[in-house]
Amino acid sequence: MAGFLQQVVEGLGAGAIYAGLALALVLIYQFTGIVNFAQGELAMFSTYLAWQLTAAGLPFWLALVVTLVVSFAGGMLIERVIIRPVEGAPELTVVIVTVGLFIFVNAAAGWIWSFTIKDFPNPFPEGAFRAGGVSVGYSTLGILGVVAVVMGLLYLLFQHTKIGLGMRAVASSPQSARLVGIRVGWTLALGWGLAATVGAVSGVLVAPLLFLDPNLMGGVLIYAFAAATLGGFDSPLGAVVGGLVVGVAETLAGAYVGFIGSDLKIGVPLVIILGVLLLRPQGLFGRAVVERV
Amino acid sequence: MSEAAEARASGSRWRVAANRRWIIMALLLALTCYAPFQLVPFRVFQFTMVLIYAVALLGLNLLVGHTGQISLGHGAYFAVGAYTAAILLHSWHVPYPATLPAAAVAAFALGLAFGVPAVRLRGLYLALVTLAIAIFLVPLLKRFESVTGGSMGLTLAKPVPPAWTGLAEDQWLYFLTLAVAVVAFLVTRSVLRSRVGRALHAIRDNEAAAEVMGVRLSFYKTLSFAWSAMLAGIAGCLYTWVIGYVSPDSFVVTLSITLLAGLVVGGLGSYWGPLLGGLFVMFVPSISQSVNDAAPGVVFGLLIIAVMYVAPTGLAGLAGRAAYSIKKTLRKE
Repeated sequence: MAGFLQQVVEGLGAGAIYAGLALALVLIYQFTGIVNFAQGELAMFSTYLAWQLTAAGLPFWLALVVTLVVSFAGGMLIERVIIRPVEGAPELTVVIVTVGLFIFVNAAAGWIWSFTIKDFPNPFPEGAFRAGGVSVGYSTLGILGVVAVVMGLLYLLFQHTKIGLGMRAVASSPQSARLVGIRVGWTLALGWGLAATVGAVSGVLVAPLLFLDPNLMGGVLIYAFAAATLGGFDSPLGAVVGGLVVGVAETLAGAYVGFIGSDLKIGVPLVIILGVLLLRPQGLFGRAVVERV
Repeated sequence: MSEAAEARASGSRWRVAANRRWIIMALLLALTCYAPFQLVPFRVFQFTMVLIYAVALLGLNLLVGHTGQISLGHGAYFAVGAYTAAILLHSWHVPYPATLPAAAVAAFALGLAFGVPAVRLRGLYLALVTLAIAIFLVPLLKRFESVTGGSMGLTLAKPVPPAWTGLAEDQWLYFLTLAVAVVAFLVTRSVLRSRVGRALHAIRDNEAAAEVMGVRLSFYKTLSFAWSAMLAGIAGCLYTWVIGYVSPDSFVVTLSITLLAGLVVGGLGSYWGPLLGGLFVMFVPSISQSVNDAAPGVVFGLLIIAVMYVAPTGLAGLAGRAAYSIKKTLRKE
């Protein structure tokens, strides 16, 4: 039993990271209906930025703040410059553009920082907290805590500020929002900025566990997709719940299903994505979309 | 001029234009047959690879360019074709011409298997699922080590040119690939010109309207998926013949994304797009790699975005537009 609980805890730790990136995906999807395939790569780029700053001698937390600010600005800039021209274009076009962005950012990071792996400092102390035969690493606790804080801040932003109200208005109906005087274009850019910031947080959380290299988020992205699909692409809460479920499912499948083992764990998100899309396409917390022809 | 004479004149002009098209095709074919006798073996190898990519892109184009369904996982079908051929050659010692239909059937079946659930998915969800498949395939290949050779891959003997041809190995492989590519092009072209092709275009342009017109969406989408996978599988089989080695690391997700990039730059939904895309996929990395290891990715990424903005029909569309405007200025003079 303790062994099982231990696996669940490990799974929650991994799931919190997937939840972070899934949250970033959902933020953009909610406002623009775009799934950003480059989200993971943007997070990776931000993580390199944080690494560069700490390597230059900045204390970790200051470097983190600077990275988040730069990521926010970068996300807005990308929306304004790259995504703007294809807004409202067919899905195929938009997907291809974000795939182009994916390839570009990945290669650019390789060009600037080379493809050799780097050690990323762990912001959380070593060691673990023990309770009833289960040991919970401080870094797992830290990751869970950070994701909870991010989630809470987003909740406050959306539900209790004027900007958040405007953002929700744009998400529900861009045309009506424009009619009541909300600047829709800037709100979309704001969404991208927020998503880039949340993505940067998930990158910084995952880097100490996986080592930093340009393909850092390649593996995480597919889990984040599974998490967002499971939770519903238009529900931030769903993204977090989905992330945790995916993390636990993956860890348990790897530990207890002999056939899957540790090498085939990557099949778990595929099964989850396929299963959810076939059985409940809107996800657990999403709204079903009725298309008018 | 009387009306009848005018009609006759325009008819004959049309005939000249049609003939010119065939003359250009024949010249191009003659050139492609003559080239391997003039080039060094390494160049012949490179052009063989261009043709292989072109066959794979032909399949991807059918799905993405003509049916409007996205796939980020065509590298998986390519890999299935390559591995089917390699396993048959390695474990069963099947004569190599027989591996081509086997690879085609295997990829077709897989395409059909994924096409059935994929019919229910739209746009980005389809992109997600196909991407997940491409990512999942590599660990799967590594896992079944007894059959696939695991991470080490399988090394195979390349097809030996029959004595009567008098060709060197690289030239023989080139002509084999060329023959398959020409057949694939012609068959796909006639499929697209038939009622099937019109149905696919209708689905791409407006699904609801197509359905109202009586196009069975699920049937045609699945067919397009399977056919497209089959062409990618054929390309994979040719790859195994030409390279003589398969390993999981040749088929990572980058391959799928590179294929899509090549198709977009070559020209979505155009007849020449796959060939131009093949040239692009083969030569742009090898040229830009001399600058920096990451340069091909930077070039690919920027070009994809730029092409989607300024020339959604890719290089093929640009070439067509250039030819048209040249013709127009010539006629004015």
